[in-house]
Amino acid sequence: MKFITEFRDSNLAESIIKLLRKEAYPNSNLMEFCGGHTVAIFRSGIREVVPKNVKMLSGPGCPVCVTSNSDIDKAGKVVRYPDVILTTFGDMMKVPGSYDSLYDLRAKGYDIRVVYSTIDALKIAEENKNKKIVFFGIGFETTAPTIAASIIEAKRRNINNYFVISVLKLTIPAIKKLLSLGEVKVNGIIGPGHVSTITGANDWKFLPDEYKIPCVLTGFEPLDILLGIKSLLDMIKQNKQELVTEYLRSVKPEGNIIAKEMIEKVFIVDDSDWRGFNVIEKSGLKISKEFEEFDAEKVFDLKTESSIKNCGCKCDEVLRGIISPVECSLFREVCNPENPLGPCMVSSEGACAAYYNYYVE
Amino acid sequence: MAKKILLSYGSGGVMMHRFINDVIQKKFSNPLLDKLNDQSVFNIEKHRLAFSTDSYVVDPIFFPGGNIGDLAINGTINDLVMCGAKPLYLSVGFIIEEGFDIDSFEVIIDSMSNCAKKAGVNIITGDTKVVQSGKADKIFINTSGIGILENDLNISGDNAKPGDKVIISGTIGDHGMAVLTKREGIMIDSDIKSDTMALNRLVEKMLIHTDKIHAMRDPTRGGVATTLNEIANQSDVGITIYEKNLPIRENVKAACEMLGFDPLYVANEGKLIAFVEPDIAESLVEVMRSTDEGKDACIIGEVIKEYPKKVILKTSIGGSRVVSMLTGEQLPRIC
Repeated sequence: MKFITEFRDSNLAESIIKLLRKEAYPNSNLMEFCGGHTVAIFRSGIREVVPKNVKMLSGPGCPVCVTSNSDIDKAGKVVRYPDVILTTFGDMMKVPGSYDSLYDLRAKGYDIRVVYSTIDALKIAEENKNKKIVFFGIGFETTAPTIAASIIEAKRRNINNYFVISVLKLTIPAIKKLLSLGEVKVNGIIGPGHVSTITGANDWKFLPDEYKIPCVLTGFEPLDILLGIKSLLDMIKQNKQELVTEYLRSVKPEGNIIAKEMIEKVFIVDDSDWRGFNVIEKSGLKISKEFEEFDAEKVFDLKTESSIKNCGCKCDEVLRGIISPVECSLFREVCNPENPLGPCMVSSEGACAAYYNYYVE
Repeated sequence: MAKKILLSYGSGGVMMHRFINDVIQKKFSNPLLDKLNDQSVFNIEKHRLAFSTDSYVVDPIFFPGGNIGDLAINGTINDLVMCGAKPLYLSVGFIIEEGFDIDSFEVIIDSMSNCAKKAGVNIITGDTKVVQSGKADKIFINTSGIGILENDLNISGDNAKPGDKVIISGTIGDHGMAVLTKREGIMIDSDIKSDTMALNRLVEKMLIHTDKIHAMRDPTRGGVATTLNEIANQSDVGITIYEKNLPIRENVKAACEMLGFDPLYVANEGKLIAFVEPDIAESLVEVMRSTDEGKDACIIGEVIKEYPKKVILKTSIGGSRVVSMLTGEQLPRIC
């Protein structure tokens, strides 16, 4: 099995597209929550092949994009402590905080290193015993277990120069917030395939049950997404509200139990500051008392002046699905991937970057 | 604060092009340089010559399928032959870090000597510098090359024309992924090998077959996407490519998928993209396929009048998207 090609089969895709076009579906707004889906939809040109009366909206599911200025300012502050090496995922480097991006700070001489995983950060800690290694922990339920694992491992191996700034966020409270704001009409939701692999499909039943919105948990290949869209449109047409798992090769009803236990062991649920939403109750993960010696916010003073909002950037509205990136007056000429004013243009999974990189005008 | 040079200024993408145009080209500007090709073509009396230079800083210096020495010879030869020149002579400059292993150095220069012999070029001048430990990373190599154009060719990045077919000489992304999978901190078990090789024999055969090649370039840093964007910009045309036609090895696809790379942006060190008149495209592909260097050659798209300066990809499911120029630093020190 080649494991990629099958899910990009153009003949199968063609037959689903034919079915989509044959059926007369009602006007519908479908939201993909996850930034990975946003990119996959653009990269495979799906917006062009769905029926004209179906509008695809991008949600706030890009961890880089929703990381607030106040969170980034913490990273900007910690590098100024002596002997600190900040480690981070590459996508965070260019996001402008209130003052500087990590990119700017690195060029100024601060030791900031891009890593692919927390294991790399731990390794740097072991190899630099006289330095303090801080990992900038952004992400959703998908990243949280790997960060939890690194903290558990650091404790087990007595690595006492490894610290984490935990600005991890939980997706479900954000979706609830978005829907309760009522700013956009959403008829169906393409649920996040990777997040639900961890949380389990069961956690997503609230969408049909409480909000009467059909939801499909789907994968990231063109066929996954096309099948997901068809399934949502069928439910909308038949006025059915259900949770469907299309991504059966990854998502189980109960999720990944081991990962969930790790999250529970290391973190406690707390309020969190989201770009686009401000503080959302019980939507973040902070390091628990048991592991507080690894909590960078306890070890360093990372409190910053109230964060500054980027002038003119409409990322907030993009993240809430109210406007499409091309409706922002800064898009392309002023704000672009080389000179991003907002995080949605920085992150490879941001809606603005996806429009900029892939959209055929 | 004074502006600093960022890693992305060497990425092959948008930032590098801007840095070159705004800072470097401005100071050195002259008609030959301003063509912004990977080599310059000029006349000395009756002879038409091509001249090119390139520096190699790849990390790690040894990777599956080759080492920094192979790149240094093949890379500069390829830059020369992309305008149709026959490469003649090379210079070599080494910058070596104190403490570098002599055995490793010998392996590298053996590779260089073999590559040069295979391509039929001689290294006729050189320079060696050693810097203190920590002031360079193991070894950096610069090569310059000179070649001769034996006829009245005008193969240039600004010469692609609507209707031209776009041909690639083989699979995409092998070199970049071979280097990346061996880089410290990533290390994936895979059998991906660099495609580093000299393309002068292949180009010789292509030029014997036809004089209808308008533009050629080797898609190194920044990959196929960046090269296509460069040609679209220089020639002020649009380019359409078809996802279905892109030759990509399964192992490269898989590694790209795991690490989040788009193979279109991954470096190649032994491939060329040619823009040719449509009536000879298919026969030229046949000629290319009869060689080792071009055995996987195929047509991947065409030049269009619409969408000037843009590259459009027709996706395998029938949609389309823009393929933009590389932004930021995808992969520093890939060659």
